[in-house]
Amino acid sequence: MARAVSNRTKVFNTAAAGTLGFLMFFPIIWILVLSFKTEENAIRAPLEVLFGSGWTIESFSTVQARSDYFKHFSNSVIISLGSTFLGLLIAVPAAWSMAFVPSRHTKNILMWMLSTKMLPPVGVLVPIYLLFRDFNLLDTQVGLTLVLTLINLPIIIWMLYTYFKEIPGEILEASRMDGAGLREEILYVLTPMAIPGIASTVLLNIILAWNEAFWTINLTAANAAPLTAFITSYSSPEGLFYAKLSAASVMAIAPILIMGWFSQKQLVRGLTFGAVK
Amino acid sequence: MGSIQLKQVQKKFGNVEVIPPLDLEIEDGEFVVFVGPSGCGKSTLLRLIAGLEDTTSGIIEIDGADATDLPPAKRSLAMVFQSYALYPHMTVRKNIAFPMRMAKMDKAEQNKRIEAAAKALNLTDYLDRRPGQLSGGQRQRVAIGRAIVREPAAFLFDEPLSNLDAALRVGMRMEISELHKKLDTTMVYVTHDQVEAMTMADKIVVLQAGVIEQVGSPLDLYRTPCNRFVAGFIGSPKMNFIEGSEAAKHDAHSIGIRPEHIAVSKTEGTWQGTVGIAEHLGSDTFIHIHSVLGCDPMTVRAGGEVTVKHGDAVYLTPDQDQIHKFDAEGLRIS
Repeated sequence: MARAVSNRTKVFNTAAAGTLGFLMFFPIIWILVLSFKTEENAIRAPLEVLFGSGWTIESFSTVQARSDYFKHFSNSVIISLGSTFLGLLIAVPAAWSMAFVPSRHTKNILMWMLSTKMLPPVGVLVPIYLLFRDFNLLDTQVGLTLVLTLINLPIIIWMLYTYFKEIPGEILEASRMDGAGLREEILYVLTPMAIPGIASTVLLNIILAWNEAFWTINLTAANAAPLTAFITSYSSPEGLFYAKLSAASVMAIAPILIMGWFSQKQLVRGLTFGAVK
Repeated sequence: MGSIQLKQVQKKFGNVEVIPPLDLEIEDGEFVVFVGPSGCGKSTLLRLIAGLEDTTSGIIEIDGADATDLPPAKRSLAMVFQSYALYPHMTVRKNIAFPMRMAKMDKAEQNKRIEAAAKALNLTDYLDRRPGQLSGGQRQRVAIGRAIVREPAAFLFDEPLSNLDAALRVGMRMEISELHKKLDTTMVYVTHDQVEAMTMADKIVVLQAGVIEQVGSPLDLYRTPCNRFVAGFIGSPKMNFIEGSEAAKHDAHSIGIRPEHIAVSKTEGTWQGTVGIAEHLGSDTFIHIHSVLGCDPMTVRAGGEVTVKHGDAVYLTPDQDQIHKFDAEGLRIS
């Protein structure tokens, strides 16, 4: 039987959760609100901002006119999709072999890969910067794609590893007994079963790559700058830029937010249930 | 055709020898059961035959041809797994069709075989469902269907019934036996349940620690077990063993007597004891008797009409012709 919860408790919990959710989401709402105000109105007292006049979409057009949004946007798309694709290319075989043909060192390798994420990125900024300079990779899409691939690779491998681990080995053995070669086994049995896992890994990695700010800001100037650099260009110690900064932020986060919203269902797994008792 | 021969087959995992070199012959059309306690290497042996594990040394021949280094798919064997191992993303129809699809069989022939298998296994109404929507018994039938349609040289079963409940297990046991009679194909069946072994097998292979203890028909093993291990493992309830002076009377280190070969009486008999627990099953009564000759408790199988209760004094008389004698190493003295 389900645990009995009184109505009062339910109301209280719902209210508390709603409040907490609102507080956490508030900065985003506020950015959205400011992006539709004039610069002058954006710095007024909060209530005046909310209920006062001065609603406009001027900031968006100014931002697009001054710094090419679509160029930054396409850089973001290329870098996040590219690094995800490259990462998958490396991570799928890696996770596959560790999940299905583990050795004595598999656990150590996994830990070692994760440990690279414990190092603050700034610790390797100088060597990476110098390497990028010498290989002419500074401010290029290729360079950024490479560095983001490497940065997120441990996470992709870990996620895929845990998804693959859940696929019962007996099913793969059954396919081998049924006459499937390695190609058929991967194509007809493993991949369909792993697709929900791969899909959520891809989505998460795109989000991580899209939002990555340290390397994208430090290794780009103009040509390869993605949306993170686009936002930064509006944060200035002088002048009134609140509305424009907000508009830039909204334009930068909107695509990824919308993608996340629509792909929620993809993140739900459940296909493997019932395969093995 | 489906004869399988193992010649000096050995398996090591690292430095651990799971199966010391062994020889075994499985004839075409035979129903062979590997039985033994868990960890005895019976599943490993089956996986060696299947090709899912590589042999460390030795030769595996299928139908007279060396198959030692062939991949599983090339051995023309079909396997039914303990966990069923169905493809969760495919319907029952596609699951059954999968091996034929891999063999690039003609579509019409595929459908014919699917229909036939589904009919034989009572799966016709479930062909368009996914494994997740089926019960345990139905899933097991799908797994068997997937094995049948290939028309393999031999079927391998790895504890296929251990995930089913008791009633279903008895039913499926008979279905598999009937299937064997109908198809007349070699079947190799692994189980830890000696009842399954006794009821289904043409030939039982008793394994312990990777070593074949005895090979023979169910009744051979029951009547003339070659050592104490086999004597104790085959038969339910287990054989009673007596050591010491009573065994010395028979010129043996130990003697064994099955529960069904002991007569129980309230008035007279060879041995005396006190009833511990009496299990009344209706058809039979299993009586566990204390303080008999160092065999404690001694199990006796009496008729259902026998009514004894805890604490009763009883007399036991063994059937002298049914006493098994063993030497100090546990080997049978004939």
